[in-house]
Amino acid sequence: MQGLAPLLAVGLVDVIWMVVSLLAMFTGLSIVVLSLVWLERKALGRLQLRLGPTRTGLFGLLQPVADAIKLILKEDIIPNSSDRAIFWVAPVIVALSAFMIWVTIPATEGLVLRNLELGLFYITAFAVIGILGLVLAGWGSANKYGVLGGLRSAAQLISYEIPVIMVVVAVGMLAKSLDLRVIVAAQEQIPYVALLPLGMVVFFIAGLAEVGRTPFDIYHAESEVVGGPFVEYSGAHWSVFFLAEYINTFAIAALVVLLFLGGWSWPFDAAALAWLPSLPDIAWVGGLLSVIWFLLKVYAVIFVVFWIRGTFPRLRIDQLMAFAWKAMVPLSFYAIVITGVYLFYDWPAWTLTVMSLTGLVVVGYIVYRKMMEPARRIAEIKARQAAQVAERRASRQAS
Amino acid sequence: MSWFLFIILAFFTLAGGLGVVVTRNVVHAALFLLVSLVAVAGLYLILFAEFLALVQVLIYGGAIIIVLLFAIMLTRTAEYPYISDNKQWPLAAVAAAAVGVVLGAAFLDSNIPETSPNSPAFADLANSLFTTWAIPFEVASLVLLVALIGAIIIARTGEDNR
Repeated sequence: MQGLAPLLAVGLVDVIWMVVSLLAMFTGLSIVVLSLVWLERKALGRLQLRLGPTRTGLFGLLQPVADAIKLILKEDIIPNSSDRAIFWVAPVIVALSAFMIWVTIPATEGLVLRNLELGLFYITAFAVIGILGLVLAGWGSANKYGVLGGLRSAAQLISYEIPVIMVVVAVGMLAKSLDLRVIVAAQEQIPYVALLPLGMVVFFIAGLAEVGRTPFDIYHAESEVVGGPFVEYSGAHWSVFFLAEYINTFAIAALVVLLFLGGWSWPFDAAALAWLPSLPDIAWVGGLLSVIWFLLKVYAVIFVVFWIRGTFPRLRIDQLMAFAWKAMVPLSFYAIVITGVYLFYDWPAWTLTVMSLTGLVVVGYIVYRKMMEPARRIAEIKARQAAQVAERRASRQAS
Repeated sequence: MSWFLFIILAFFTLAGGLGVVVTRNVVHAALFLLVSLVAVAGLYLILFAEFLALVQVLIYGGAIIIVLLFAIMLTRTAEYPYISDNKQWPLAAVAAAAVGVVLGAAFLDSNIPETSPNSPAFADLANSLFTTWAIPFEVASLVLLVALIGAIIIARTGEDNR
């Protein structure tokens, strides 16, 4: 018993520290979500030749705050026929998995809640738990659209989980580590997007599908399943799903930056930056700069996500699943194979780039052909009809 | 501290297991199973088996429970969600007791080394898994493949009869 007291004291300090840092993470992520909501409204508005929010504060900056207040004040309806326990637990599971992922995502060398040696594996493990929340949400609402949406989300998210994990494995092979800080350090010279562009494309597309952003928002498609798993949710409960979706989008963008765009490392080495007025050599200044650089990269990726939302129409569910299993999964396996060959034979780096670009172009062309097939067929039929008409006219003239 | 954690996690493991058996609602049973499995992952963490804990969360907490829910929702349990036992329960109880006895005997009989924070690194684990134990590993994946094919065959024969 004598050894227990100091142990408990250490434990208590640790626990308090843990709670404080978790709260800090929660606050930071909430601010990020507010900024994302504003950015999305503004970007979408501009893409659709509108102004976006302008009335609330400067440039409509307070619009997300107004949205949040509206959501929280809204009546929270729990349908009578719903399975109350599951209805309550589902948003909690979704939000928990969204926040748990951020525990190990570093914003810079020193700014990470808990760096894990198996960081990437941890992230994939907890991302899967989120799917469970969606399925349960659909089931718990006792709504046919809800159940359909839940099943859709399970099918979609499990299918797109495979390419995400496989590409992560390829990156882990390149860096010889699953520790996100080591992976970023390994990209000091060449970011992995130059080595494995295929990996980044697959990860980004499958990541979009994982968080249900627009070309892939099948499971909560308003025109098909009227909101899917969220159909019966309103007010604060619904806003938890909303929060989790935006946090997950941010996580995917952050992972794209960490795994492929070099994280917080600068594109130039110190010698090339020597002409700049030298900064005071304080640790936190450098840290702050790299956090800002990291965030800039992440927001650039996020902007592409919003841009895609403003540009592409929604896929059909059969197209979605076919794309996952016929294009994404084979491509991700191809990424592992070429990475393995490259590492085993110790070829020069450009061979990996060439191999992955070849795969990307070939599969891209096949997908393009498939997409254009209906149009091609229509053109064929029209040509045949025109030929028949011409033939008939010719024979009539002959007789 | 670790004793305290162990007691909490053990409680959740057992309570989850009990909930699976006792609850009348199949979906609730799946949720209880989730609680139990995640608590087991926590137990692995206490034993410094980080990798095993994450695998437990990924495979059991994520994949297996999702597939279970999928099966529950795709079959017609929606129309009768409250049928969760049948007349075979004494047999099941006997089987469970037998497994319990075997596990208990094995536990009493074996000499379990104490774990330390310096658990084997992830790389060592991978090395032994893919060199020393490569064949069992491959056989395990073959078993999964056989199960997959079996499921497809069962589903297809049902289609022919219709």
